[in-house]
Amino acid sequence: MNESKQYRDVSRRQALIVVGAGGLAAAGLTLLPQAASADAAAVDAAIKGLIGGKTPQAGRITLDLPQIAENGNTVPITVEVDSPMTEQDYCKAVHIFADKNPQPGVASINFTPACGKAKASTRMRLAKTQNVVAVAEMSDGSVYTAKAEVKVTIGGCGG
Amino acid sequence: MRRIALAAVAASGLTVMLAGTALTDETNWGAYEVGDKRSGYTYAAAETRSIQDDDFENPAMLWVDTGQELWDTVEGEAGKACASCHDDAAVSMAEVGAIYPVYYEPRGKLINIEQRINLCRTENMKAKAWKWESRELLSMTAFVRNQARGRPVAVKIDGPAAPFYEKGKEFYYQRRGQLDMACKSCHEDNAGNMIRANLLSQGQSNGFPTYRLKWQKVGSLHRRFRGCNSQVRATPYKAGSDEYVNLELFLADRGRGLPVETPAVRN
Amino acid sequence: MAKPKPRVKVPKTAAKGEVLEIKTLITHKMESGQRKDKKTGEKIPQKIINKFVCAFNGKEVFSADWHPAISANPFMSFYAVATESGTFEFTWTDDDGSVYSKTAQLTVE
Ligand code: HEC
Ligand code: HEC
Repeated sequence: MNESKQYRDVSRRQALIVVGAGGLAAAGLTLLPQAASADAAAVDAAIKGLIGGKTPQAGRITLDLPQIAENGNTVPITVEVDSPMTEQDYCKAVHIFADKNPQPGVASINFTPACGKAKASTRMRLAKTQNVVAVAEMSDGSVYTAKAEVKVTIGGCGG
Repeated sequence: MRRIALAAVAASGLTVMLAGTALTDETNWGAYEVGDKRSGYTYAAAETRSIQDDDFENPAMLWVDTGQELWDTVEGEAGKACASCHDDAAVSMAEVGAIYPVYYEPRGKLINIEQRINLCRTENMKAKAWKWESRELLSMTAFVRNQARGRPVAVKIDGPAAPFYEKGKEFYYQRRGQLDMACKSCHEDNAGNMIRANLLSQGQSNGFPTYRLKWQKVGSLHRRFRGCNSQVRATPYKAGSDEYVNLELFLADRGRGLPVETPAVRN
Repeated sequence: MAKPKPRVKVPKTAAKGEVLEIKTLITHKMESGQRKDKKTGEKIPQKIINKFVCAFNGKEVFSADWHPAISANPFMSFYAVATESGTFEFTWTDDDGSVYSKTAQLTVE
């Protein structure tokens, strides 16, 4: 399995070289045409709206995302927050943002202690290469954040 | 040879690039590789492969589920469901997905699975044929072919099927469109190379109907043919046309031995 | 559009205290509101599933608010602790107010 990963990485890196900046814009266009993109400031504002004046700290969140998405229509994401998930101490929610999508909000995931584990996966649309930001709210009021970049190449051809 | 093919492609205004490392790839792909034949699975990104690997992550299974429901649904003037005549699909349809298209005597030509399903609807159920690319026809085709998942593709190309196979082969190697390219130009001469941002595969048909991330849904092999024809700016044929059914037989034989993967997930 | 079709994976039996992985899918275009109709050039209005909820014996265990960036035919997987036998209920709420649902039984031994 390791071997196959290596193989993919090599060929996908080359895909990027061919695509270049113009190709990336084109990918954004086919996916979400005519839309202005959000930006880091909009994401910050959205985060503030959710958590108020608190300052998010780094740590406790594991973000599993492809470095390069084969197709921006369907980018798998898994978030996991390090938490005992007891009535006294649990992760309440994880909010996911994409800073260069037309709207930065992707999803808010709400956990309860009955989950046993603060881990969830879904799939999202990314208009272009950008940062994906996760913000976790804990039951004690503390807030954590993590960020990862996903490169998006053109999706598909013909069809 | 390769260099010549590449030059031709570049001249037609498409960017092709050698991914040399991909060509010397030594990965063991298990059932997805038979001799020098490789399923599109082996060219897909790890994330895309893992969506296909789990029936509860593969969204195409939603179409298979719908096919199962339709299998048991009575429709048409004869008051029958598929199950009335064919009982358990796991038994009666175990092979179909691996051996179609077949020569069909009453029509004197080949028919594929979609056409066989619609024959049963119109003749055996006295129900309306399903439209090509409709949710119903895609779901039933995916359901029927899924029963053969894992079986090696083993179509018949001799006897009365032979002349149709030859026509399909001719189609495959014929250059067409403004870009003057044949299927071969991309899927034989350049499998493993990049075209625009796409990694070209061998263009195998063993996973159809397929969930394409680009389509954001399940689509038929003939929809894929239309896309590949349009890419070289050739006028596509109609889904279900004799040309495409003949081509389907040639492609199946070209991928002989690869396992039926339906429903596959591809970029 | 045909009625959205859900698919869920929940173990049928579990030991008390076991943490179970649950996987869900549903057919839905998740029309983002960003696409234009190729023929008319007009924006296609947004129509998505905006809420997913998983409850066990009537009590919410997990939920998610989805925005237009969630992919077509949305997938969601998460976890739940097996405490007692009972029924999981999954509901998906559409922008148009429709609610699609599915249930699954769990036996705790
Ligand atoms: C009234 C009985 C009847 C019903 C109802 C019926 N079929 Fe058939 N089907 C047949 C018969 C008879 C054959 C074999 C025809 C032949 O060999 O030429 C057949 C053949 C097939 C085959 C090809 C099998 C093979 O091995 O080549 C498929 C696929 C099929 N049916 C699918 C369906 C589906 C899907 C439905 C429901 C939409 C359906 N059938 C409904 C009678 C029926
Ligand atoms: C200009 C290049 C080009 C030509 C010519 C072309 N295709 Fe394709 N085809 C593609 C690309 C790109 C893809 C998507 C990536 C891949 O699987 O190769 C594709 C995919 C396919 C697939 C899906 C493979 C899978 O695993 O799902 C099939 C089948 C296919 N092509 C058949 C054909 C046939 C038949 C022809 C001739 C009528 C043809 N193609 C001509 C570029 C081309």
